[in-house]
Amino acid sequence: MSDRLTEPAVVTGRPRSLAGDAWHDLRRSKVFWIASVLIVVVLLMAAWPSLFTSADPRDCVLSRQHHGPSGSAIFGYDFQGCDVYARTVYGARYSIIVGVCATLIAGVIGLAFGLAAGFLGGWLDAVLSRFIDVMLGVPFLLGAIVLAKRLSHDPQSNGVLAVTVTLGVLGWTTAARVMRSSVITAKNQDYVAAARMLGAGPGRLLFRHILPNAMTSYVVVLTILLGINIASEATLSFLGIGLKGDAISWGIQISEATGFVRVVAGPLLWPSLFLAATVLAFIMLGDAVRDAFDPKLR
Amino acid sequence: MFRYIVRRLLQMVLTFFGATFVVYALMFAVADDPLQALVGERPLTDSQRLELTARYHLDDSLLQQYWYYVKGLLTGDLGTSLTGRRIGDMLADAWPVTIRLSLLAVLIAATIAILAGVISGIRRGSLFDNATLFLTLIVLAMPIVVLAPLAQLVFGIKLGWFPATANRDATLWQLLLPAAVLASLVVATELRVTRAAVAENLRADYVRTARAKGLTRSRVIGVHVLRNSLIPVITLIGVDIGALMSGAIVTEKVFNIPGVGFNLFRGIRTEDGPLVVGFVSVLVIVFLVVNLIVDLLYAALDPRIRYE
Repeated sequence: MSDRLTEPAVVTGRPRSLAGDAWHDLRRSKVFWIASVLIVVVLLMAAWPSLFTSADPRDCVLSRQHHGPSGSAIFGYDFQGCDVYARTVYGARYSIIVGVCATLIAGVIGLAFGLAAGFLGGWLDAVLSRFIDVMLGVPFLLGAIVLAKRLSHDPQSNGVLAVTVTLGVLGWTTAARVMRSSVITAKNQDYVAAARMLGAGPGRLLFRHILPNAMTSYVVVLTILLGINIASEATLSFLGIGLKGDAISWGIQISEATGFVRVVAGPLLWPSLFLAATVLAFIMLGDAVRDAFDPKLR
Repeated sequence: MFRYIVRRLLQMVLTFFGATFVVYALMFAVADDPLQALVGERPLTDSQRLELTARYHLDDSLLQQYWYYVKGLLTGDLGTSLTGRRIGDMLADAWPVTIRLSLLAVLIAATIAILAGVISGIRRGSLFDNATLFLTLIVLAMPIVVLAPLAQLVFGIKLGWFPATANRDATLWQLLLPAAVLASLVVATELRVTRAAVAENLRADYVRTARAKGLTRSRVIGVHVLRNSLIPVITLIGVDIGALMSGAIVTEKVFNIPGVGFNLFRGIRTEDGPLVVGFVSVLVIVFLVVNLIVDLLYAALDPRIRYE
């Protein structure tokens, strides 16, 4: 952060930056720490699932169908006789991959649209804003159903690419709106006028002065979007148009388990719990960071 | 007011064509083989191919095809699904139960949101307030694919308080649990908005005037504050309908309710392209119309708002 807040006179020593202030607040926030620990665990799970389980998630034996929890499989076995715990741990990988990649796609599209509409303004802003209105006229899941169904007609693929593109292409609208409004707010600040009078060109104004100040709220929106994307991936997989084939996914696990919920609850319970905790962690992190960076709440 | 309605209607026309075009383009135009995309993974013979090409006007240009599609939508002719049933008839069969389910959900959500929101707004910072804020955060983060099966498992099967599934003519009693699940999708935002509006209005000048006049506390809050706090909540209903539609697909599948969402789910699973596009198009139109009505209602309810 390039700008510094003026600190009260009682504070001695070097003045803290806005980010330093936010970090000071964040360190004391319980929500922030709970969310961070959850996210680190899920990321570890996605990167090295064998750290958490030695069982093979694809080692399924029908004779073990719906066996209860035991020493070898602490969450029991599902309908296909697969280890529920192992499958749940391995399920984190695609959730994170799809969530992160889809959020990056949406982030880039939203950044381009938001910057263009906010910084250039004029007729371009009017056209882009109407376009976003039209996109918001299609409820997210309905659009996703149509697009994911269209993209995933290749029976060989496991659907990762199709879901990622679907979520990325449809999910950028809110992010673009946030970027547009924070660029417009930053554009009218005195320090931007001062920089312009000192002869800064549009590129320098945008990237050195406006963007760094508009970025915080954007990152917060993207963190929350990441949580939403992970939930949406599970929903699409549940409906049968997300991940498929031999992909291991919480959504597929939940979808398969709902059919046998009267027989055994474990195969439904554990992936649900992991999915809910992951989504909650990202939304809580976004919430905590927003609170820390919002000077009005201090 | 009149000019606002006209402008809003014109905007609606633009959004209608834009949104239906997006749906149409997503489904057909980008496909390298639209017919294969239509029937999914099943093989297609040459004679079927010719028949389908003629039926869907695939030799015409994209805009012409889109025009046929919009004409069908506007005249209520949605074509036939791959099972041979007319999509319009299937929708007519499925609507009543979905409408009952959503109305029940809206009712449950509004009751909880307004009651808890007002109490939180009055007692900001209290234990009740902090507890509801934390609960709404959790509810907000619960994906519907987690909530619906878990509610069915806990309240329908383990505790047995509610019926776990509904049958063909779902009764209100059978719809109660799924409606509560759907309600949880929208209750958190409604509650937070109510709370913020109540907290803000309590500090308003007109509330101080009402108190100074010697009105009782219940009248000040129940009439003066509440009426003004509900206006922003009403705008949310329009947005909520979109969330309810998405939620209904999963909820109706889990609880086996033969409504619009259930049919849409079956259409996706059986690779029934025309059915999916037909149902999604109609849902998008419903979403747009509800939003239009809510916007007009908003302008009529709040005389302070002038759209000139």
